[in-house]
Amino acid sequence: MRPVGDGPYLQVRDLRVRFDTEDGVVRAVDGVSFSVERGKTLGIVGESGSGKSVTSLAVLGLHDPKRAQVTGEILVGGRDIVGLAEEEVRRLRGRDMAMIFQDPLSALHPYYTVGRQIAEAYRVHHSGATRREARQRTVEMLGRVGIPQPERRADQYPHEFSGGMRQRAMIAMALINDPDLLIADEPTTALDVTVQAQILDLLGDLQDEFDSAIILITHDLGVVSQVADEVLVMYGGRVAEHGSAQRVLRQPQHPYTWGLLSSVPSLHGDADADLVPIRGNPPSLINLPPGCAFHPRCPHATDRSRVDVPELLPADEPSHLVACHLPEPDRLRLYQEAR
Amino acid sequence: MSLLAVEGLTKHFTARGGVVRAVDGLDFTVRAGQTLGLVGESGCGKTTTGRMLVRLLEPTGGRIVFEDRDITHLGRRAMRPLRQDLQIIFQDPYATLNPRHTVGRIVAMPLTVNGTRPPGGVKKRVQELLELVGLNPEHYNRYPHEFSGGQRQRVGIARALALRPKLIVADEPVSALDVSIQAQVINLLRQLQRDLGLAFVFIAHDLAVVRHFCQRVAVMYLGRIVEIGERDEIYERPRHPYTRALLSAIPDVAKLGQSEGRIRLTGDVPTPMNPPSGCRFRTRCWKAQDICATEEPPLTAGVACHFPEPEGAP
Ligand SMILES: Nc1ncnc2c1ncn2[C@@H]1O[C@H](COP(=O)(O)OP(=O)(O)OP(=O)(O)O)[C@@H](O)[C@H]1O
Ligand SMILES: Nc1ncnc2c1ncn2[C@@H]1O[C@H](COP(=O)(O)OP(=O)(O)O)[C@@H](O)[C@H]1O
Ligand code: SF4
Ligand code: SF4
Ligand SMILES: [Mg+2]
Ligand SMILES: [Mg+2]
Repeated sequence: MRPVGDGPYLQVRDLRVRFDTEDGVVRAVDGVSFSVERGKTLGIVGESGSGKSVTSLAVLGLHDPKRAQVTGEILVGGRDIVGLAEEEVRRLRGRDMAMIFQDPLSALHPYYTVGRQIAEAYRVHHSGATRREARQRTVEMLGRVGIPQPERRADQYPHEFSGGMRQRAMIAMALINDPDLLIADEPTTALDVTVQAQILDLLGDLQDEFDSAIILITHDLGVVSQVADEVLVMYGGRVAEHGSAQRVLRQPQHPYTWGLLSSVPSLHGDADADLVPIRGNPPSLINLPPGCAFHPRCPHATDRSRVDVPELLPADEPSHLVACHLPEPDRLRLYQEAR
Repeated sequence: MSLLAVEGLTKHFTARGGVVRAVDGLDFTVRAGQTLGLVGESGCGKTTTGRMLVRLLEPTGGRIVFEDRDITHLGRRAMRPLRQDLQIIFQDPYATLNPRHTVGRIVAMPLTVNGTRPPGGVKKRVQELLELVGLNPEHYNRYPHEFSGGQRQRVGIARALALRPKLIVADEPVSALDVSIQAQVINLLRQLQRDLGLAFVFIAHDLAVVRHFCQRVAVMYLGRIVEIGERDEIYERPRHPYTRALLSAIPDVAKLGQSEGRIRLTGDVPTPMNPPSGCRFRTRCWKAQDICATEEPPLTAGVACHFPEPEGAP
């Protein structure tokens, strides 16, 4: 039975993750809030080091409490997992929530057959299931994610699979317990573009079938535009912009989002024109610039940007949130002018 | 006249379990001051090709002609005068920069090895190079780990420019970079090409990136070129089914998830140890006929397919 909670399946409120390192305190996630409903996909985008993976590991309860300090609320099906005993979180993981990583080899053990590992993931959460049932369910799932001859493939080892097939196997393993929440961290980054297209289609189909909530983390705006209902743009461990994919990708209001979009080389438009990059480099999370963390790279920064951290506030619609000091009319005008 | 001409270029590796036909008969030319993009999925032979062009790998067959001179099997010593003209930039700048050397020493290395004495001295030349690629000349005494990924790639580019080459093979020079930094480096390469008249063989798996830097494009599949032509021909009017599928698979922000006209290939790229008979793409091609399994389509008029899209079709 699925827990009947109120509202979205996952609710994250004011999440903060900090690491104490030799070089100083890393504020990898600094006050991030979002929620995801069943059947919906939230895309989290941002450059490397912006805190995307640390966010996803926190939601899965995978941070080592000795190294990472996690605060805030993470409500999974109505239950706060921050501070919950490790054992309880482990029970949720794999059954209620599951994950897919960039590198399937890191999730698959080289010495066991693919089928055995997936069946094991099933039996952990179905203690009543026989070996046979687990095997049957595994083969079914391998077929479901598009692996040809699943009976035979189940008895092969990970190295006998191609990159795309390994990623499918990992998806099969993640979905075997019919999780309510699936977190995919750069699931297609290591794949070829034709295989990436297959995997993204597959995730969409499986979501329709299982009605799970999905968080898709990627640095690729194209990928996000293809699958996300909502988009959250992270910069320096904070949320720069958050809203429907339509709003964030079509009517973006944050200068960082503009910069990301104008940097992406396109298949259309003038190929002879220079791209419009963001100047400078992403900041170090140990030493975040004061005020708006984006100000050293922002062409529109004001004196206030250098001092005050901008709040994340509603813009043209209540669910479209933007953290920028510029007044909305100025943002709309600047974006139009830049296009 | 072409700066570089390649005919029947082939590289087979002997590996456990058989012969890997990594590159299997390529023909192409690169004109002076122009960029040829080499695109295709992982394992299709791009890097192997690039490394043969700069003589880091010995070809199994075929010819490489640089400025009318056959360099296919030139030895190290005979290559030395040509080293100046032919340089390479690698994908992972970190792996190719010696962590114990200063940036100044790294960029100066080709000058030192080649015995080149630039007017004004090596240090002055190196500082000019650093400036040229958008680094601060004062970075001369810093070490690679003090730089970001994009800056390290700039160091690699400065090093490749040190001997004022005519042709640079750039193997995925921006693939490991964040999108904002990637755009900075692409713009830099474009500017260098304009200002210095450099020719490039630009290797990439991202067709959108290639579109912004290349005048001509060759699409590879399993060690062969399946289509080659002017940039706009390839992007606006692709004729080979694989080129069309590749373009169609790129998720485009402008489309926002719309899926009409989308082509989806099934399956993965077969192994180059055992490529399919006839047309190598036939196991994934929706247009395949009997002849495709028996006869390999030759590369004629820029396309290797028995049933190409008509020329000029949108
Ligand atoms: N030294 C080697 N021994 C055996 N096989 C090799 C060797 N080097 C490359 N190969 C094989 O040759 C084929 C082409 O490799 P290559 O590195 O040129 O591909 P690529 O197009 O650059 O791919 P990617 O996009 O992944 O960089 C692959 O199947 C690869 O495994
Ligand atoms: N275990 C850790 N200890 C210290 N710093 C960490 C740790 N894990 C991640 N970080 C830092 O947190 C920041 C965000 O990392 P991450 O979430 O992995 O970024 P990305 O957005 O690329 O996924 C980075 O600066 C990273 O170096
Ligand atoms: S707050 Fe200032 S620096 Fe930050 S994005 Fe807005 S204009 Fe730019
Ligand atoms: S030759 Fe046949 S199999 Fe190959 S691309 Fe053309 S139609 Fe497809
Ligand atoms: Mg990450
Ligand atoms: Mg390569």
